[in-house]
Formats: sequence, structure tokens, C-alpha cells
Amino acid sequence: MIWQLDLIFCIFVIICAIAAITIKDLLAAVIILGAYSFFMCLLWTEMGAVDVAFTEASVGAGVGTVLFIAAVSKTKRRSKD
Amino acid sequence: MLDYVIGKYNFWIYVVLMMIGLYAMMGKKNLVKKLIGMNIFQSAIILFYISTGVKKGGATVPILMGHAQGHGHQAIDVAGYLNPLPHVLMLTAIVVSIATTGVALAILILIYRRYNTLEEDEILKIRKDTGV
Repeated sequence: MIWQLDLIFCIFVIICAIAAITIKDLLAAVIILGAYSFFMCLLWTEMGAVDVAFTEASVGAGVGTVLFIAAVSKTKRRSKD
Repeated sequence: MLDYVIGKYNFWIYVVLMMIGLYAMMGKKNLVKKLIGMNIFQSAIILFYISTGVKKGGATVPILMGHAQGHGHQAIDVAGYLNPLPHVLMLTAIVVSIATTGVALAILILIYRRYNTLEEDEILKIRKDTGV
């Protein structure tokens, strides 16, 4: 585990989390959540948990984003906050 | 003391992530935003558990290697491998989290069909006005 890399990924993850909950466009928020999941996956690869990382990349970032996009396209895209 | 706090910086970052998720679940009015907050909260907890399996000093991925052939039973140096128990537990947690997200999105679509909005305050207002 390289701590500099760990710190950089942690900061990216926090930036993505804050952006995902502040953006008013729901589709953009969902895509940023996908980016958050991929950064989380990189963080886990770097921690040595490769099995968890590829499950997160396929299930969390892949299927999760698809489900979210399907739901947002069936409902409203704009959010008030 | 300060050394200890800085040395465990990753735990502080997990706490910040968890609180971001909690704020989104409680403070945001939009239901999709609440769901995004729940996802962030869950992955922060998973991240915490994964980080407890990390060892310092050159420990690698838990795949057995360098095992001598033909010597029968041999002791394995555990300190050379990461702890795989949290990995296995959190693998299940990821799948459960995606399942809960799917159910929540289905309920969300039903709510939208019934009330034609996804804002919590508007839904509560409609329910109060119509008396349902």
C-alpha cells in the first residue's frame, strides 16, 4: 500500500461524493456516482482487495449506474436541491 | 497524539464520507439524492472494513505462492498475506447494497407514477391536501 496514492484516491472519492449530492441535474449526479464507484474500486485495488474491486467495478459502477439511469429516465431529471 | 491522528488519516476520511452520505439522506429533499446518499454511506462502511484487512510491511494479495513442492504439510507465513476475511464479508455487502438500490428505485418509480413528483415536501403536501 502506497500512502500517497491512497491519499490522492481518498481525496478524489470525497470530491466525487460532494459533487454527486450537490449537482441539481440528476443524470449528472448519477454519472458522478459512477465515477465515485470507480475511484472506490481503484482504492480497493490499491489496498490489495482485488476481488472486492472487480465486483464493485462490475456490479456497483456498472449495474448500479444502469439501474439509476433507467429510473431517472422514467421519472424527472431535475431536482430542486 | 498528533502523530497518531495523522497516521490514521484514512479513518478520518471514511468518517467524512459517511457523514456526507448521512447528510444527503437526511438533508436533501429529492428522493434520488437520498438514494445516492445511501449508496455513499454503504460504500464508506465497506471501505472501512476493507482497510482493516490491510497490513504494513510488504503483505500481498491473499493468493498462495512460493509453496515448496513435495514436503507434505508446511506452515504458511501468514504475515506475508493480507487478511482475506473482511474482503469476503464485504463482497456480500456490495451485492446486497445493489439489490437494495434496485428495490428502492422500483419503489421510487411507483411513487413518481402516483404523485408525479419526487420531492419529499411536495409529496407530503399532496398527501396532506388530499387526505390520503
